[in-house]
Amino acid sequence: MATEIQSGKVHVQTTINGESVDFLAEPRESLLEVLRDNLGLTGAKEGCNNGNCGACNVVMDGVLVNSCCVLSVEAAGASIETIEGVASPEGLHPLQQSFLENAALQCGVCTPGFIVAAKALLEENPNPTEYEVRWWLAGNLCRCTGYDKIVRAVLDAAERMRAEA
Amino acid sequence: MRAIQYAAPSTVEDAVAILAEHGSDARMLAGGTDLIVQVREDARDTGVFVDAKQIPELMELSVNADGSTTLGAAVPCYRLYNDAQFTASYPAVVDAARIIGSTGIQGRASVGGNLCNSGPAGDTIPPLIVHSAVCNIAGPDGARTVAVEDFCTAPGRNVLADGELLVSLTLPKPPAGSGSHYLRFIPRNEMDIAVVGAGASLELDGDSITAARVSLGAVAPTPLFVQAAGDALIGLTADEDSFAVAADIARDAASPIDDMRGTIAHRKQLSYVLTQRALRGARARAQGGSPTNGH
Amino acid sequence: MAVDTRVGQTIKHHDEEYKVIGTRPIRHDGLEKVTGEARYGSDINLPGQLHGKVLRSPHAHARIVSIDTSRAEALDGVRAVITSAAFPDPGDKLTGGGEAPGLPLKFKSANMLARGKVHYHGHAIAAVAAANPHVAAEALKLIDVEYEVLDPVLEVWDAMKPDAPVIIEDLYTAKADGTTAEEPSNVAAEMLYEVGDVDAGFAEADLVVDREFTFGVVHQGYIETHNATAHWLKDGHLHVWCSSQGAFTIRQELADLLDHPITKIHVVPMEIGGGFGGKTTAYLEPLAALLSRQTGHPIKMAMDRADVLKATGPTPGGYVRVKLGVTNDGMITAGYANLAFDAGGYPGSVVGAGCRCVFAPYNMPNAKVEGFDVVVNKPKTHAYRAPGATHAEFASETVVDEICRTLDIDPVEFRLQNSAKEGDWQLAMPPYPRIGHIECMEAARDSAQWQTPLETAPGKKRGRGIASGFWFNIGFTSSVTAKLNSDGSVTLLEGSTDIGGTRTSIAMQFAETLGIPVEDVDPIVADTDSVGQTDVTGGSRVTFATGLAAHNAANDMKDQIVEGLADLWDVAADSITHADGTFSANGNSATVGEAAGLLEEEGVFPIGKNTVTPTREGGAFAVHIADVEVDDETGKVEVLRYTAVQDAGVAIYPPYVEGQMQGGVVQGVGWALNEEYVYDDDGHLLNASLLDYRMPTALDVPNIETIIVEVPNPGHPYGVRGVGEVPIVPPPAAMANAIHDATGVRMSHLPMSPARVQAALAAEA
Repeated sequence: MATEIQSGKVHVQTTINGESVDFLAEPRESLLEVLRDNLGLTGAKEGCNNGNCGACNVVMDGVLVNSCCVLSVEAAGASIETIEGVASPEGLHPLQQSFLENAALQCGVCTPGFIVAAKALLEENPNPTEYEVRWWLAGNLCRCTGYDKIVRAVLDAAERMRAEA
Repeated sequence: MRAIQYAAPSTVEDAVAILAEHGSDARMLAGGTDLIVQVREDARDTGVFVDAKQIPELMELSVNADGSTTLGAAVPCYRLYNDAQFTASYPAVVDAARIIGSTGIQGRASVGGNLCNSGPAGDTIPPLIVHSAVCNIAGPDGARTVAVEDFCTAPGRNVLADGELLVSLTLPKPPAGSGSHYLRFIPRNEMDIAVVGAGASLELDGDSITAARVSLGAVAPTPLFVQAAGDALIGLTADEDSFAVAADIARDAASPIDDMRGTIAHRKQLSYVLTQRALRGARARAQGGSPTNGH
Repeated sequence: MAVDTRVGQTIKHHDEEYKVIGTRPIRHDGLEKVTGEARYGSDINLPGQLHGKVLRSPHAHARIVSIDTSRAEALDGVRAVITSAAFPDPGDKLTGGGEAPGLPLKFKSANMLARGKVHYHGHAIAAVAAANPHVAAEALKLIDVEYEVLDPVLEVWDAMKPDAPVIIEDLYTAKADGTTAEEPSNVAAEMLYEVGDVDAGFAEADLVVDREFTFGVVHQGYIETHNATAHWLKDGHLHVWCSSQGAFTIRQELADLLDHPITKIHVVPMEIGGGFGGKTTAYLEPLAALLSRQTGHPIKMAMDRADVLKATGPTPGGYVRVKLGVTNDGMITAGYANLAFDAGGYPGSVVGAGCRCVFAPYNMPNAKVEGFDVVVNKPKTHAYRAPGATHAEFASETVVDEICRTLDIDPVEFRLQNSAKEGDWQLAMPPYPRIGHIECMEAARDSAQWQTPLETAPGKKRGRGIASGFWFNIGFTSSVTAKLNSDGSVTLLEGSTDIGGTRTSIAMQFAETLGIPVEDVDPIVADTDSVGQTDVTGGSRVTFATGLAAHNAANDMKDQIVEGLADLWDVAADSITHADGTFSANGNSATVGEAAGLLEEEGVFPIGKNTVTPTREGGAFAVHIADVEVDDETGKVEVLRYTAVQDAGVAIYPPYVEGQMQGGVVQGVGWALNEEYVYDDDGHLLNASLLDYRMPTALDVPNIETIIVEVPNPGHPYGVRGVGEVPIVPPPAAMANAIHDATGVRMSHLPMSPARVQAALAAEA
């Protein structure tokens, strides 16, 4: 059977933050564009649009990715987690609370990307060293904080999460 | 971005058919971290994106009966460093997989994609060369194989003809007593394109070198297999004097350009220094240790 | 064991005790920023909106022979195309209030869309509105522009040569003596500042060190790209949503550029993703407005990263020469400096500010500083965090280090014995008020880092450097309106866009003055229709000036409460005392909350308000210590340890003072080591991406240890000094001095990139 070649507006079925979602998008639209402009999920930001700042980080099928470097149509059948899904109805995620208490943000535009990326780190490595935090987050640029308080917030959250686990 | 078409075939045959039909307007899409950005930024004009990730052969990572490993062309980098056996066998490739872009990039970017992008500074290419990897190519006229060092032909160009795709790489089983290392010089500590990259593999019998391969990135139009540097080491003791001999050859083989990422003088110097450091790291691994000179 | 910088050290030189000031509450806008709910400029989408994109020049210097937009207009989905003809003729008007008032409006207008000539690679030529951003981008490729390419002039030293191509044919140098040059040139302005007799001063010196320094162009590098959404209604009302450092400034610029009544312009400040001086002026707002007027639809525009780097306002590259004379016992006898900065494609660089700062940490009897504002074929430059000071003090602080080495004088002792202090002269300003340079230097000397010998490692070249920095800070105008709610809480409207926790630092001052918990204050950044005049968030002025307005507004509210209670209690107003948030008189007492309830019953709803233009900013000093390791085989420099000491006056909101210090340090380290615009000979910017414009990542820097020194500013009721800018000033010099300590090599260009360090090491060897 020959594979269908899709063009124009494509119907895509996907899962976002646990909810089944349908959208129409052209293949040239990125996942980031769809999240922000079609679905109103504007927490992921466009900082560079070429994979060099991490402001658009989301988790796709369990893997941290830059949503600017994913085509909208590639989301078909995938499960996507965005910053909007990090807090629960019961309250903030420990990382979010830790960012607030550690003053780990200034302008805040990189913050969603950092929290999504840090959450992916802590799910893989609940007890990272400072170096491992800095290594994992090297793809997330922050121009305001100098990273100090962000790194401390991630380590602090990791400690809280281990204590609660 | 220009309007594009997208297809996600589930077999190599379907992919070949689409590529053959659309010729140079079509390209395989693996992680997309180069291709999507290049088309968006008008650096490449591709109208048909053929997604590699639904094709089982392109997502395969397995050890063959003869001890060699098959690495599907679209396997993302993170799967390599999360695979203990692959990491133990091909550490130089994993060195590269860990430093390509960011964690988020490594969730998508693949070794095969890096090779097909055929950039002179592609980080995975010198490690593949020092591991004597072979490209398994499918096309309208059937399958063929090409050594990695013969794959790239010019910046952004390679031996793939219209209708052909890279299915996988075969990496021979590393001999006992061998080790490899890849490192690059970048101005930052992450998130950069190599100013120079160097890969080395060594096979040792005690302190004596029985086989060696050296490869450099970003010092020529294509990643460079510096065969003479490896050959010069055979029969020598794996020590600083020997490494200096190989590093001299590597520096002489390098023919870099001045560009926004580096100068000729700096790249020549780095070719020497990084070759030494790659050899030291390969020796450490051949002896059961790990490299100490940076990422 | 690493020092815990989560709560950094604070050294107080005062006895004030506060209830709210100096505490560490969670910022009011924090929740929305950690959940992704905060609305930044590009997060807005309006019904019926179209998308705009900008065509940019592929040449650095060219005459525009013709522009044909017909093919673009014919593309399906394209709704409008504009060129500079869409702007009113600026004539000889000057710019109004805002960032740099008093410059010819024609330059600003031509920078929005080029008029007849392009002055830099990336200069805007035309703008398109279309159904979606992809169609708009496709349309740009269908605009046919014919150029006559001219020779570009890229560096100040070339642009100042008598035979250099003149970029602006009718630009005549405004000379320091107030006259105007008779022949046009690329030098827009010359400035001269003099104190004492420099020739006599140098004659007295036992040692004179005279060095030249050069600088690449650097960008502020905020993560959020520029954006604007505009809706021009048929009755002439223009609504604009944008993330600018100053909504009122954007309103003024729109009024000037579009020749439109200011009362009809309404600017809504969205959350802003960083600015650092680069978002103090309009780029897209006027284009979105014109496209909206033409189409009748709201227009959303956003730059991509390449646009931001090519065509917004980076901070200048250029040249600085510093010459210092000293006696053998290390007293400065004279200083001379010469600064020439890129203005970019149009006049108006930050060279004047650099001139004012170059010798600021020192009291020298004789000084002369000359400055040159030079037009070159690069984007029109703008402020970047303590604009001009980093260049200037990189030069002067490395010369000071060289003098200390030559005379074998401890660099801390040298700086202490020559330090500026209260009453000493300042260049082009009144004498210093109480300042904290000496206290910062003493704190640096006593710091854990300075007191810990640098650990040596075999085969490693390590070194330590120290440097001072000064930034004068800015007052400008701020307004606050505060409404007392019936439960005693306060809704506080302010006009300063909040780029890093200033809602809270303002609310804290209000809460301190009124005597209520800061959680009872709800600070809102209001639009231009809803709060009084407020200038840009810049110049380190918000906590100082808007905080002062909040303090004054709280006192205004307090007076109104007192008046209301006096009526209610039937006592004289002046008999009512206010302490710890409780009003008392004649056996009556009421907390603010109780008073609010009592007054509500009387139909009294206090509104405290204040607009203020303070001028006693106080000035801020910083002293930084850097430990580095230099890889002498590759030229790469690694920061091992870093301590930042800074006089904050009084730190209102310490975690965010520390954050400003740490962030400034890392920007300064990026500038020191890697950040620069790379041009080819034709003036094309080659590295317009975040891959190749290399800002530091988390892996490139260590934790930054902070020491806040509190020498209160006598010009503010709570002693506030601006804190945001000065921390970027010392890092390049501290790093250069550390590199010298490690290798013996003096670097004279920023950035000190690996290739340059390697080349310098090779030349030395």
